[in-house]
Amino acid sequence: MTSGLWELVLKGVWVTIQLLVCSALMAAAVSFVVGVARTHRLWIVRFLAGFYTEVFRGTSALVMIFWVFFVLPPAFGWQLVPLWAGTLALGLTYGAYGSEIVRGALSAVDPAQKEGGIALSFTPWQRMRLILLPQAVPEMIPPFSNLLIELLKGTALVSIMGMGDLAFSGNLVRLALQESAEIYTYILLIYFVIAFLLTRVMRGLEKKLKGGVGKPVGSTADQELSRPQTTGVGGAVS
Amino acid sequence: MNWDWSAVSDFMPDFWKGLLVTLQILLLGSLISFVLGLVWALLMRVPSRWVTWPVGAVTEFVRNTPLLVQLFFLFYVLPEWGLTFSALSTGVFAIGLHYSTYTMQVYRAGIEAVPVGQWEAATALNLPLRRTWTAVILPQAVRRVIPALGNYVIAMLKDTPMLMAITVLEMLGHARLFSQEHFQFTEPLTVIGAAFIVISYLASLLLRALERRLVH
Repeated sequence: MTSGLWELVLKGVWVTIQLLVCSALMAAAVSFVVGVARTHRLWIVRFLAGFYTEVFRGTSALVMIFWVFFVLPPAFGWQLVPLWAGTLALGLTYGAYGSEIVRGALSAVDPAQKEGGIALSFTPWQRMRLILLPQAVPEMIPPFSNLLIELLKGTALVSIMGMGDLAFSGNLVRLALQESAEIYTYILLIYFVIAFLLTRVMRGLEKKLKGGVGKPVGSTADQELSRPQTTGVGGAVS
Repeated sequence: MNWDWSAVSDFMPDFWKGLLVTLQILLLGSLISFVLGLVWALLMRVPSRWVTWPVGAVTEFVRNTPLLVQLFFLFYVLPEWGLTFSALSTGVFAIGLHYSTYTMQVYRAGIEAVPVGQWEAATALNLPLRRTWTAVILPQAVRRVIPALGNYVIAMLKDTPMLMAITVLEMLGHARLFSQEHFQFTEPLTVIGAAFIVISYLASLLLRALERRLVH
C-alpha cells in the first residue's frame, strides 16, 4: 500500500473517532435523562421514557440511520451535516440501550438508602444526586463499557451512507488496489486496537470509581446471566 | 410531511419478500451461532493453553470488530481464495459467526453457574467425561441460558439489515430499491422501521413468557 492510501485510512480513523466521541456523549446524555425519567414518580413521565426505550431499542440502528438521512430532510426541511446525522441516529439508538443500564443500576441500589434519604427529608433531586447516583454510577461502568464497544462497531454503519469513516476508507482502498484481504485485515485490526484501548480506559475508570465507594472489581457468573443486555429488547433476564 | 398510502400498498409485496429473507437469515444465523457458540465455550474449557489461547484470541477479535467490516471481508476475500458462495450464505455465516462469540459467553456463564456439587456427584458416580457433559452439566446449563440466548436472537434480528451492504435483498434492501425506483423514501423506510419494532417487541413478549415457564 502506498502512503497516499495510508493517509486515506488515517483520515477514516479520525472520522470514526470524531463520530464515536460525539455519539458517545449524546448517548450518555440520553441514557441518563431517560433512565432517571423511568424512576420518576409521575406515571406519564415513566410511560413516555419507557415508550422511547422500546421504540428506539426495537428498531435497527441501520434503519434508524437511513431514516435520519432520507426521511428527516424532506419531512422537516432539515438537512443535517453527515457527522451530525450519524451522531443523532447512533446517539438516540444507543442512548435507549444505555437508559436500561441506568435504570437497572438505580433500581439495584439498596432500598434502605433511598428510605434513609426520605427520613432525612432530602428532596427527590437531592436523593438522586447525593445518594443514588454516587452508588449506582460505579455499577454502570462495566455494562457501559460493553455498550461503548457496541457503539464503536455501530459507527461503521455510517459508511453505507457514504460518510468517510474507517470502513468506508477500506472500501475505497479495495477499489483502488483491486485486492481486499490485506486492507480489510488492517481495518479490522485498527478497530480491534481502538476497542482494546477503550476497554482498558473503562476498566481503569471502574477501578477508580468502585474504589471510591469500597466495592470489589470484576463480575461473577450470576451477574453475567442477569446483567441488562446491551443489545436486546425485553428487559432484564433473571 | 406528506404521507402517501398508495406508496405503502405498492411497497407491501416487496416488504413480504424482504421479511421472508430477513427471517430466513435470522433462523439460520441463530442456529449457527448456537452451535458454534457451544463449540467455543467447550473448547475454552479444554485444560490446555494451546487450545484456549487461540480460541480466546480469535473470538475476542471477532467480538470487538464491526460485523459490517467482517461481512465485507468474507464477501470480497473468500472469492480471492477461490471459495465462492452466494451473498446470502456468506451473510448468514458472518452473522452466525459474529454472534457465536456472544453466545459463547452466555454458555460459559451457564456452565459456570451449574453448582459444583453436580460435578462432584458425577465424579462420585464414576460417570465418563462424555456422560457428565451430556447428561448432567449441559442440560442444566442450557436451560439456564435460553432467555439470554433469546436476547441475542433479537439483537441479531436488528443486525440483519447490514446484509444489504453485500447485496442481499432483505427488508432494508427491498426498501432501498423501492425508494430509488419510485423516489419515495419516507414510506418504505418508515414501514420497515415499524416492522422491526413490532417484530422485536413481539419476540420480547414471547421470550418473557418462555422465561417464566423455565423459571417455574
